[in-house]
Amino acid sequence: MVTNITNFGRSGLSDWLIQRVSAIILAVYTLFMVGFLLFNPGLDFDTWSGLFSQTWMRIFSLLAFVSIAAHAWIGLWTVTTDYLKPTGIRVAVQTIIILVIFVFLVWGVQVLWGA
Amino acid sequence: MSSMRSLTFDAIIIGGGGSGLRAALELAKSGKKTAVLSKVFPTRSHTVSAQGGITCAIASADPNDDWRWHMYDTVKGGDYITDQEAAEYMCSEGPKAVFELEHMGLPFSRFDNGRIYQRPFGGQSKDFGKGGQAARTCAAADRTGHALLHTLYQNNLKNNTTFLNEWYAVDLVKNANGDVVGCISMDIETGEVVHVKAKATVLATGGAGRIYASTTNALINTGDGIGMALRAGFPMQDMEMWQFHPTGIHGAGVLVTEGCRGEGGYLINKDGERFMERYAPNAKDLAGRDVVARSMVMEMFEGRGCGENGDHVYLKLDHLGEDVLGKRLPGIVELSKTFAQVDPAKEPIPVVPTCHYMMGGIPTNVHGQAITQDADGNDKLVNGLFACGEAACVSVHGANRLGGNSLLDLVVFGRAAGMYIESALNDGVDYLAATDSDVEFAMSRINRWDESSGGESVPSLKAELQDVMQNAFGVFRQEDNMQEGVKKLADLRERINNAHLGDKSKAFNTARVEALELDNLMEVAEATAVSALERKESRGAHSRYDYPDRDDVNWLKHSLYFPVEKKLGKRDVNFTPKTVDTFEPKVRTY
Amino acid sequence: MSMLQVSVYRYNPETDSAPYMQEFQVDTQGRDLMVLNVLSMIKEQDSSMAYRRSCREGVCGSDGMNMNGKNGLACITPLSEVVKKGKLVLRPLPGLPVIRDLVVDMGVFYEQFERIQPYLQNDEPAPAIERLQSPEDRDKLDGLYECILCACCSTACPSFWWNPDKFVGPAGLLQAYRFLADSRDTATRERLADLEDPFSVFRCRGIMNCVAVCPKGLNPTRAIGKIREMLLANAT
Repeated sequence: MVTNITNFGRSGLSDWLIQRVSAIILAVYTLFMVGFLLFNPGLDFDTWSGLFSQTWMRIFSLLAFVSIAAHAWIGLWTVTTDYLKPTGIRVAVQTIIILVIFVFLVWGVQVLWGA
Repeated sequence: MSSMRSLTFDAIIIGGGGSGLRAALELAKSGKKTAVLSKVFPTRSHTVSAQGGITCAIASADPNDDWRWHMYDTVKGGDYITDQEAAEYMCSEGPKAVFELEHMGLPFSRFDNGRIYQRPFGGQSKDFGKGGQAARTCAAADRTGHALLHTLYQNNLKNNTTFLNEWYAVDLVKNANGDVVGCISMDIETGEVVHVKAKATVLATGGAGRIYASTTNALINTGDGIGMALRAGFPMQDMEMWQFHPTGIHGAGVLVTEGCRGEGGYLINKDGERFMERYAPNAKDLAGRDVVARSMVMEMFEGRGCGENGDHVYLKLDHLGEDVLGKRLPGIVELSKTFAQVDPAKEPIPVVPTCHYMMGGIPTNVHGQAITQDADGNDKLVNGLFACGEAACVSVHGANRLGGNSLLDLVVFGRAAGMYIESALNDGVDYLAATDSDVEFAMSRINRWDESSGGESVPSLKAELQDVMQNAFGVFRQEDNMQEGVKKLADLRERINNAHLGDKSKAFNTARVEALELDNLMEVAEATAVSALERKESRGAHSRYDYPDRDDVNWLKHSLYFPVEKKLGKRDVNFTPKTVDTFEPKVRTY
Repeated sequence: MSMLQVSVYRYNPETDSAPYMQEFQVDTQGRDLMVLNVLSMIKEQDSSMAYRRSCREGVCGSDGMNMNGKNGLACITPLSEVVKKGKLVLRPLPGLPVIRDLVVDMGVFYEQFERIQPYLQNDEPAPAIERLQSPEDRDKLDGLYECILCACCSTACPSFWWNPDKFVGPAGLLQAYRFLADSRDTATRERLADLEDPFSVFRCRGIMNCVAVCPKGLNPTRAIGKIREMLLANAT
């Protein structure tokens, strides 16, 4: 057992599972978005904001944002543990990544519900 | 030699193959301070190459099987110079040892009822030869040795055995009383020479098939333990008895298991004739290995060999079908594709008798204690020295080993040696310590090589030695040829004593290891040559044109080679098993 | 004469400050030798050449090395399989410290093997005979127990290169699954608990170099997938 405290779910299994579930959510969200854009060729601001004014879309989007945050953290955490061997640099980079992800997530929530 | 580092153990086991690891396991469990010293990582030992299985009356294929039948086969197979007390011990203790292996996790193949799969092997019978062919060889497909060695290594890890891996034992250290009190060894990785002190030194160094040019043996099988014991002045038993396995792949020497014939394969000559029916009408291809090997050579001599030069015969397996081959003999399919460029499901494999096993070795009792003779010819135990496995001659194989008996020998006598050493250590062992000059004496050989400044190179001398042995001491032997061989060996010894080690660096110097191995090959070759020349009869694997018959009047004996005088003596065979009647010598037919 | 040009990685810690490649010419007489035969011919030219070897038939796992860029066993790799444009380049297994020439320090590889407790564990008292196992249960060990610990797979694995101290590696995981799959082993729960961290198993990225190089034709990636399935079944 290799102990680790900086990964997402404190377990390789939950990280692995979250990575896959979040990937599916992001794939579905992406497909939905592409489909929406294709079916609305002359997309204007009213249609766009109309879509995001609906609660289900806000929840769906929030789910996608949370997924992207988790997915990005697990992926980037893995990359940092693979390639950044000096502990100080690794922890610093991980901290920056976490802050950036946090900021983007909060900002996303604000965009979704703020309007 | 105060600058030399020393290590101290209760017991040092030299060799990390099947018998060494089995002995180590016993001692590790007992809590004695034990180490296994091996020149290769243990799972690289030659036991890993054993294929067909481990013969033992576990009564799986036949619920009525009896270890006494196995004992009868073993004694008969050894052409009656098998020590019957030792064979009795091996065959009766065998099931316990095999079940232990299974409990340790050995992945045996299985019958539908869940019990261990057993296949027929050569020389096996029911009811003391009267009940037809038995199936007594427990198998893990055709990778039994691999499965066994890895299982033993795994269980040594479990029991925290100390390993000195990639250490090479150079020579035994004896004290002023002639007791063995450890060895000189070299850490191959660093080149450091270390004095290993031990109350018990176990030689589990395996065979020495590399004295022959063509052998199924691994490149590491250079008889290091035999060489060490001979240089320390201890005698060797039955060194003329070398088994030539009928089915080595022609050209490559790689082994093809007897299990192939056990599963229904058979040998054919260039006319496609199943010739073993003529030589052994009952057992046919499953006669003793010596019988089959001789028959093959006869076929070739009489012009019925296969190929352009008529120098091999074929092993036919295609009729078994891909299912059986894939399930029971997957390793053989792989090996014949790699080394004979033949798919056995479609074509027969070209095979030739190939040096395979050394029945002789360090004479021991069933506890693994090494034996020498006193001036009056009585057995005398050597304090501190033990041997087990192929390096030892207990003797359960006599003049010819049965297939599948070697793996059983390893685990039964490895275990026995471990148990005996444990109890001896508990009773207290106290030998005189080795003096500086004792240690210096044991260092003389490695010092000689390190100080050598010119002379012939090791590889060419080794090749020459192997050719001499191959030509003069092969399947069939005769006086004048062997005389010539002995002369050539005497010359070779002189040249080897003056040979040159060009690379004297320390770190992982394999040239130094090969030079030290060459000395051991020389010792084994000489012991073999003198013993073969002096045993004036044909028995088991020792076949002479000039003495074609067995001579029970003069030679129902072990030979005992004394290295100092380079003379052959004799030692009585044990005919007194404890619980069964003696098997009296009979004419041996299959 | 049919000369093969062989370029071999050389390094002797006592005399060389850095490793270098040395060129040898070997006369193969047109035969399709195994790479190990070529090495022994080189050693006759230069006795200082160091490499490991034992069984010379592909079952002991001593002579794993990198031949023209691909890991494999020298003793069962014929020249026809690896030589490109008349040239053979031999290097030690990648990713492990070099002791000398083609000999690597396999310590970290063995440590990962030992870490998975590579021995049968069964807390029930053993019967007087063998433990029974159906042929179907025994079949589950095929493709697992045959591993020879040559390290060709683990040293071809980028995940093992980056985290040899934390990622068990394909060889160790194949053996981990060998015991998980054994109907006679009762330590499944403990074994799984020891593997569920983010490194031991989950550093496998499915690159499958291990499968491509295994000289015994084994499939560690599949075994790793099976371990993941067991972890998932156990934890959900």
